[in-house]
Amino acid sequence: MYSLFTLNSRYGDDKDFDGCAIFGMMNLQGKRFPSREPVRAISNMHERGNGLGGGFALYGLYPEHEDDYALHIMYLNKEAKEKIEKLLHKSFEVIGCEEIPTKKANVLNPPKVWRYFVQPIVEKMSTKTADDYVLEKVMRINTETGKAFVLSSGKNMGVFKGVGYPDDISEFFCLEEYEAYMWICHGRFPTNTPGWWGGAHPFNILDWSVVHNGELSSYGINRDFLEMHGYKCTMRTDTEVLAYAFDLLMRKQKLPIGIVSSIIAAPFWDDIDKMEPKQAQIFRALRQTYGSLLMNGPFSVIVARHGEMIGLTDRLKLRPLSAGIRGDFFYLSSEESAIRLVSPFLDKSWNPRGGEPVVARLKIGKLVEVLAK
Amino acid sequence: MKSYLPPEYIVYRDHERCTRCHVCIEQCTYETHYYDAKDDKIYSRDNNCTNCQRCVVFCPTNAISILKNPNTFRENANWTQEAILAIKKQAETGGVILAGMGCDKPFFTIWDRLVLNASQVTNPSIDPLREPMEIRTYLGSKPDYLEFEYNNNDVALMTKVAPQLCLETPIMFSALSYGAVSLNVHESLARAAAECGTYFNTGEGGLNSKLYGYGDHAIVQVASGRFGVYKQYLDVGAAIEIKIGQGAKPGIGGHLPGEKVTEDISRMRMIPIGTDALSPAPQHDIYSIEDLRQLICALKEATDYSKPVSVKIAAVHNSAAIASGIVRAGADIIALDGVRGGTGAAPRVIRDNVGIPIEFAIAAVDQRLRDEGIRNKASIVVAGGIRSSAEIVKAIALGADAVYIGTAALVAIGCTVCQKCYTGKCPWGIATTDPKLSRRIDPKVASKRLVNLLLAWSSEIKEIMGGMGINAIESLRGNRLHLRAVGLTEAECRILGVKMVGE
Repeated sequence: MYSLFTLNSRYGDDKDFDGCAIFGMMNLQGKRFPSREPVRAISNMHERGNGLGGGFALYGLYPEHEDDYALHIMYLNKEAKEKIEKLLHKSFEVIGCEEIPTKKANVLNPPKVWRYFVQPIVEKMSTKTADDYVLEKVMRINTETGKAFVLSSGKNMGVFKGVGYPDDISEFFCLEEYEAYMWICHGRFPTNTPGWWGGAHPFNILDWSVVHNGELSSYGINRDFLEMHGYKCTMRTDTEVLAYAFDLLMRKQKLPIGIVSSIIAAPFWDDIDKMEPKQAQIFRALRQTYGSLLMNGPFSVIVARHGEMIGLTDRLKLRPLSAGIRGDFFYLSSEESAIRLVSPFLDKSWNPRGGEPVVARLKIGKLVEVLAK
Repeated sequence: MKSYLPPEYIVYRDHERCTRCHVCIEQCTYETHYYDAKDDKIYSRDNNCTNCQRCVVFCPTNAISILKNPNTFRENANWTQEAILAIKKQAETGGVILAGMGCDKPFFTIWDRLVLNASQVTNPSIDPLREPMEIRTYLGSKPDYLEFEYNNNDVALMTKVAPQLCLETPIMFSALSYGAVSLNVHESLARAAAECGTYFNTGEGGLNSKLYGYGDHAIVQVASGRFGVYKQYLDVGAAIEIKIGQGAKPGIGGHLPGEKVTEDISRMRMIPIGTDALSPAPQHDIYSIEDLRQLICALKEATDYSKPVSVKIAAVHNSAAIASGIVRAGADIIALDGVRGGTGAAPRVIRDNVGIPIEFAIAAVDQRLRDEGIRNKASIVVAGGIRSSAEIVKAIALGADAVYIGTAALVAIGCTVCQKCYTGKCPWGIATTDPKLSRRIDPKVASKRLVNLLLAWSSEIKEIMGGMGINAIESLRGNRLHLRAVGLTEAECRILGVKMVGE
């Protein structure tokens, strides 16, 4: 089989090593807005990236295909496309398909990127849920040819990413043509995976997208734990592990974000020992059961799914994260300056503490800050 | 029959320094030293010396040195001194050669071929003196997932988590039975375990009622002889361990010679004074995996499902498959004991040739349980000649939850690994039940030495973790990316799940 390992990380490094800029912007009423502000904001943090990766996840992107899974698939050659399309037609009812329009921009070796709107074929799903069925097919596509990768697989959303600065990627994919109510953006400074479009952020699986700044020292055990739960870590990036962890805990095991954040950035034993017995019992059980999903090492991360944007840092806060709110707009960013650039007068601006999630939810209309305690 | 065996060691005494104080004569339990009144000198019977260093340490004028006998047979890479001596010894006695402690051959140590990682540039290392560094470990079966019930702002945990052992440091004291070691040693281990928030293992020989106060920190062992096992013993322990095998002597039972069975030991083991305590090779009620399941269930039933049950096996060829069976049989903890694991007495041929190095066993068992999706069902505790904190970190990175130390603990309280534990005459007062010799271990002093060792190793573990940028031990466990191999073959690296340095 084609070695995915060398493909993503051509020198066979264990995982991603990168510094980054992350930015997220959301309209809490679900009103869609164009690319101008998010692209300006992420571009402002130019120095945090090195031109070897940029990307965007857009939610509310395809309202005309609200109920179809939108697959963004990247092809490195023609044969892969033919093979994968055969697979798609076998597994799905393909409602629409087209090559994603691009224009000339300062990007490196762009692959062909296609989008498909699909519905699972009911008879083939057997007892699986539609999400699990799609997840399984995504895993299959990612490992099938080594030349085709699913960039995103959610409904009414899509990921655009590649090798270049974020503004170049935006130009390349003509993002000025799109609108979305939530934009998750990333500028990357990798040290080990040059020239690989699949390695750029956001990383997506189904409804979930993740942009991430940092390096997980716990990567090895996080990966092994997730693989024990049926995930295949083909991209060999820390970010992938984060996305799968959220999928496992929130979608499959239905745990709320307050609890999930206490798994991924767990409170210290000393603090748990000081809690009331009932609460201590919960937190102790969480660390005992999910210790392998503790994300150790520096990270700040923005995780998004429809209607929800979550910011979280490691429990020591070794990477920056700033939050702001102005009217119906909610912002998360590596640097406050990027938020101030697009919204100079914030109603509220703050730096969340290490390990404490910030959650913005649609329709509730107000920001919810969930504390770990 | 005239013995052809030369002395292994020569006792060299500086007669000018020697003050004839007789300390060496009193300290040596093998009657090596004797006083010659006519010469007013102390001489030595070299043949008796085991090089335990007791006299050297206690000589007030540093008059004694123990030298390896320079007189050897003609050099021969094949017919080594050890091989020739063993044959001569057996030709004279017709017996099995006994040995104490673990395998002393150099060819099984993989730890030295593994190096650890540290953070540079892309992530920060963490200073354990300034930042929290967590090494607390829970042993026991973990659920697949947790379920909660939410009522407004109230969250209630619906999943019942199986009973766990809480270790403030991932180091426990390995099974050392009362009988193999003295009550004072047991007490020292118990005190140190309690003070450090960890556990000691009683071994097969019961727990003296004087030590019941330390029951919260005791893992009580149930082995093939069932010595010392009764309701109160099971109730008082924090966990129960079924001993199937031991790394120093896989497939072999135990034999406590009658001389060591004193009145107290006889009461504990429920056998007459002076009779040999024989632990059969197999557990005669466990001839197959389903029998093990029954014993696990019986012990859990007897203790009202209130404590974890561990199953200890020697690391052998099929450890991975056996471990999988043990987990499915309901064990909460698997204890693996590697080929270098120690013992009070074992046939040397077994000790040095049977079993596999613990490093491979950890990796194979951890991987198998992960492949089968049941790694969370049991914790893995490993043992077998662990000599330093670095080896503990490597063991955990290979997939262990915690380690047992036996020999290292005894070394801390005086043992010099002279390997003569089976004589019952341990000059350091450790591997003996002789009341006079036992007094050489003062539980107050010895437990302090043990506490110091655990403290020192815990600090070193934290230093190493901090260097890796990891501040909780669960992020190190099974995280083989933090290991690299030097000088191992590709096959060895594959089995260990470790890449070569530079890769």
